[in-house]
Amino acid sequence: MSEGPAFEFVDDVTSDLSFVARGATLPEVFRAAAEALLHATLAAPEMLRAVERRRVELAEPDLELLLLRFLNELVYLRDAEALLLRPGELQLEQTPAGDRLVAELAGERIDPARHVFLCEVKAATAHGLAVVAGPDGYRATVTLDV
Amino acid sequence: MAAPSAIQRIAPMVWELGIGHRPGMRVPVRVFANEKLLAEMDEKVFEQAANVATLPGIVEASYCMPDAHWGYGFPIGGVAAMDVRSGVISPGGIGFDINCGMRLVRTDLTWPELEPVLRELVDALAERVPAGVGRDGFVRLDPDGFREVLVQGARWAVAQGYGTSDDLARTEAGGCFAAADPECVSERAVKRGLRQLGTLGSGNHYLEVQVLHAEGVFDAELARAFGLDRPEQVVVMFHCGSRGFGHQVATDYLHDFLRAMPERFGLPVIDRELACAPFDSQPGRDYYAAMCCAANMSFANRQVILHRIREVFSDVFGRSPESLGIRQIYDVAHNTAKLEEHGSGRSRRKLLVHRKGATRAFPPGHPELPAEYRETGQPVIIGGSMETGSYLMAGVEGGDGAFFSTAHGSGRTMSRTRARKLVRGRELQDRMAARGILVRSSSMRGLAEEAGIAYKDVDEVAAVSEAAGLSRRVAHLLPVGNVKG
Repeated sequence: MSEGPAFEFVDDVTSDLSFVARGATLPEVFRAAAEALLHATLAAPEMLRAVERRRVELAEPDLELLLLRFLNELVYLRDAEALLLRPGELQLEQTPAGDRLVAELAGERIDPARHVFLCEVKAATAHGLAVVAGPDGYRATVTLDV
Repeated sequence: MAAPSAIQRIAPMVWELGIGHRPGMRVPVRVFANEKLLAEMDEKVFEQAANVATLPGIVEASYCMPDAHWGYGFPIGGVAAMDVRSGVISPGGIGFDINCGMRLVRTDLTWPELEPVLRELVDALAERVPAGVGRDGFVRLDPDGFREVLVQGARWAVAQGYGTSDDLARTEAGGCFAAADPECVSERAVKRGLRQLGTLGSGNHYLEVQVLHAEGVFDAELARAFGLDRPEQVVVMFHCGSRGFGHQVATDYLHDFLRAMPERFGLPVIDRELACAPFDSQPGRDYYAAMCCAANMSFANRQVILHRIREVFSDVFGRSPESLGIRQIYDVAHNTAKLEEHGSGRSRRKLLVHRKGATRAFPPGHPELPAEYRETGQPVIIGGSMETGSYLMAGVEGGDGAFFSTAHGSGRTMSRTRARKLVRGRELQDRMAARGILVRSSSMRGLAEEAGIAYKDVDEVAAVSEAAGLSRRVAHLLPVGNVKG
């Protein structure tokens, strides 16, 4: 998929927000999912400045749970540290024992004067959660509790 | 949207899917609805309720309230009681927003007194009750102080001067779930919730100024007993929960249970959001204790918000809250699991009752009700959409069709994405203003998602709840001002 990270919100669930994220590689699809989360949260995510940095390391038995943990880590950092972050470099390692993600995150602290919020995502959920490989790369389906 | 063809009507307002509907069901599914509400329920409601019916230790039936709709794991509007020895506890049966609930407050004020200052009042409420993303609460705590909140709930808030003992008496469980143990809560959950005490949140959370018109009174005697005793009376209703803290508790344990189910408990995972653990196990007891902490955080949250509301009314009207007759009618949760005794005689037993988007509705005479409501039955607060109004109802004799539970709100019929395609937030705000309802929202998109067309007809939900014998209508309350998270 030469156009890079991409996502679209889909009209799937009655209560909340679902999206499909795509990427040629697994790091790309994880990045696209993080971008979808940011677009669900913020009115002008392109204005987010990269002035605060965090590094997260996560390990899970499978890719879907790893994506869930990753998105919920971003939700956690928004509430616990008032940080809005997007991933820079992502390293994803798959082993028979499980999958591991190292993500360099960059963004800024919440500033009510600059940031217009669309909604407060409470959590990424396991409902309908899927990460599947196809001819054009990977596709992730995620539902956000809002 | 369609109910399965196998569904059978077993009473005028009760429908049943037998245990043969899908493999593994231990009890039937029972849905409280009329034809219209049944037809409006999404297919997932029946699938999810049938999944719940497979859970170990479930007793009697997997119930759906009249406002049921799709949820995570359990449907919203789902009620499931578990045997405390053989049954499970499931975060999906409680919801991410643990002890999301409603609080209703009466005043001596009437609409003619409020109308000249409505804009000032709603603007002040929007300014002083933080709502939306990233707004800190006005209560500053360190982690140890926050853990006190988790243990004491609304009692902590009252001890700090944010309310009265009368508020506690008129709160479910006195505003404190006694089994709370902060040792069972992660540091991450504490850190996430630390700055959020005294915040409304977003999504479908709101604070509404409402008026009870004469035509909204269904039962004048009960209305008077609840403090609704004058024409065009002004009340305040608000809806919020345990904020990021509760979400983190749910997320933490959902994750732990998913791993433990196959490895430790030998339980199949039929839906990841239906993750569970035996209640009589260390992980099950730990989650229950953590869930009680989140319930207490939520009671405290609504208590300190009530304090702010009293301050705002007092400032705007230049009178004390007491002289304005501001008094809580009730605070009731609709996302919890509780240990309760049900049945009679030799069949009486202790059960863990999951209510997710369902309200406890104890009948007159129930020993857990405060003296004020021992004869009336428990007040039940049903939040409608911001356009259609809400209901005050009451628990009834014989209302044990689903372990003394009833509906909690309107229930969505439309996704947020679809609602946004059909409604523009600014236009909705203008339209509501033209109808005399002032709306203040931190997000125009969020406002559009909460439009009345996205919800079931609350009048129908309330009427069916009454017809099904779950609770009775007392008063229909119409909004005049809304602060949306």
